[in-house]
Amino acid sequence: MLQINNLVVEIEGKRILNGLDLTVKAGEVAAIMGPNGSGKSTLSYVIAGKEEYEVLDGEILINGENILELEPNERAARGVFLAFQYPLEIPGVSTMTFLKAIMNAQRKAREEEELTTPEFMKRVKAAAEKLHIDQEMLRRGLNVGFSGGEKKRMEILQMALLEPRFCILDETDSGLDIDALKIVADGVNSLRDPARAFLVITHYQRLLNHIVPDTVHVMANGRIVRSGGKELALELEASGYADYREQAA
Amino acid sequence: MAEITPIRTAAEVALVERFASLKDRLPGSGDIARRRDEAFALVAAAGLPNRRVEEWKYTDLRNAVREAAPLAERPADAAGLVDRASAFAGVDAVRLSFANGHFVAERSDLAVLPAGVTVTPLAAALAQGHPLLAEMGKVAVARGNFALALNSAFMVDGALVKVAAGTAVDKALHLRFVNGGTAPFATAPRVVILVEDGASVTILESHEGVGTAAYQANSVVELVAGKGTAVAHTRLNAEQVDAISLSTLAVTLGAEARLTSLGVVTGGGLSRHQVFLAFSGEQSSLTLGGATMLRGRQHADTTLVVDHAVPHCESRELFKTVVDGEATGVFQGKIIVRPDAQKTDGRMMSAALLLSETATMNNKPELEIFADDVQCAHGATCGALDDDLLFYLMARGLPRAAAEALLVQAFIGEALELVEDEAVRGELVARAEAWLAERA
Repeated sequence: MLQINNLVVEIEGKRILNGLDLTVKAGEVAAIMGPNGSGKSTLSYVIAGKEEYEVLDGEILINGENILELEPNERAARGVFLAFQYPLEIPGVSTMTFLKAIMNAQRKAREEEELTTPEFMKRVKAAAEKLHIDQEMLRRGLNVGFSGGEKKRMEILQMALLEPRFCILDETDSGLDIDALKIVADGVNSLRDPARAFLVITHYQRLLNHIVPDTVHVMANGRIVRSGGKELALELEASGYADYREQAA
Repeated sequence: MAEITPIRTAAEVALVERFASLKDRLPGSGDIARRRDEAFALVAAAGLPNRRVEEWKYTDLRNAVREAAPLAERPADAAGLVDRASAFAGVDAVRLSFANGHFVAERSDLAVLPAGVTVTPLAAALAQGHPLLAEMGKVAVARGNFALALNSAFMVDGALVKVAAGTAVDKALHLRFVNGGTAPFATAPRVVILVEDGASVTILESHEGVGTAAYQANSVVELVAGKGTAVAHTRLNAEQVDAISLSTLAVTLGAEARLTSLGVVTGGGLSRHQVFLAFSGEQSSLTLGGATMLRGRQHADTTLVVDHAVPHCESRELFKTVVDGEATGVFQGKIIVRPDAQKTDGRMMSAALLLSETATMNNKPELEIFADDVQCAHGATCGALDDDLLFYLMARGLPRAAAEALLVQAFIGEALELVEDEAVRGELVARAEAWLAERA
């Protein structure tokens, strides 16, 4: 599904990713853990196609296709979805209008028919109920006045509606209390599928109790320094990142 | 005439000659004629405003008006001209139509005016010395203004509208100005609206160009709103992009009154919309808004003077300007709080979105506060589309153009939200979408 080879990335002349290699297979949930500043969020932005990062070397393959030259929307149309750590507020654009715009934009890019309004409403209603999102929230401006938990649920709602093949969750647990975390984790778990892969980026092991990964990768100094199974997350929880910081330095 | 000397440009010379040759044929005599003379004396003494005149610093009329176009006669097919207008067509309203500044009775709903509403064509009112004419020129901060004076000198037609005390008018009154011709012309329509105590009304005003020749429009609407009135006013500038469009809204707002006025601009080559507003009674609230969308080489100026002369009034100003291409936006907003106007609450915001490297915005908010117990604030911003927001939308699958359009719509939408009437707002939103569709 995802294959990253020797990725080297700078922003404003500062090197953030330093020859990163990573493979995630279809159906796999891979977790990336690491200390602050190790480059976790940068990795998610670079996969999604944020402009300000300069890719100096390497490639990112999605199902064998190098996506580095593609615009963010073209990557989205190929199934890449990034759930933001800090979802943005867009006053003046109602959540419903936004959802319809993004769903139809992706359908159009894949040369599929646009959704009829009843079909769209049906899908939104079903997905929103699972995530405990009420109709009032959907009428408001996108993310405007939403709590941290509501914003994260809205990200998962979009993920559910867009049915991406490769999902990146960037620090989705940050700012969530345990109830909100469970709702979000249930939402993600219900989307687990043999044809879909997840990259779960997190600083803490807590999220991984609820979204149990197949593989865990430790990132430090802009590269993957250790990989293992889900037990690696527990080990990190006990020992902390001190060893890896030293290794980085 | 020797004391009137600073006439220099060909356009200024032409204006003087035109006034001299026309003044005896313009409607009204006695007091009206004397007021025309006074107004023109001001025009002649000042000449066309230019960048050295502070309040016209960003809109240099002397440079823009190379020739003074002749004052438009009533078009032969005035009704046909009106029929080509489309603004607010989907809104159920009482229409009062004006072709090249002349009242068009056959396209006005005079026979079916709502109860309590009376309309007199201005040419007739001027000729007969109608008592409502006394309501003209009451706003002190507008006196001496060039565009207003030019209109006062040349006004040929328009309308006097009265909404009787206590009337809640259930249909919008639509002042439909349509301009069009095959040779250059100038207009000078004048409308006076008196809303008596306790009355409420929605006023729509549209200005559209439907011809082939460039023209110079200069309209004035005066609103006198009495005690306890509620007025919602929406103005649309959809003039031809080769037109020079000057317009003035002069308002006297009585006690315990509410007024919302939104100006939407997509048209005009060079336009300037002026709002002069005087609070004349306490406990009133005012909302002024603007939504301007410019491209090409358009230049649009919005200039406000809000005069808080009495205590306990509130004013809110929210102006949004989107500038693309090589266009230029101007916002000048002045709030005056006089010594007696304690407890005034005034907030003014002008925000501009620049969509190209060559777009320009001039923002000039001003507060002049002479009272010591007031709350006033102003803000002005100017920037490009937020890259992070664009990335967020694109990462969800929207192509760049669609993502930009959605953000522009959201930006301008905040001003359009000031319109409460759904049908009116719907039309304005559709116009904003059409503007964006042309961009893509």
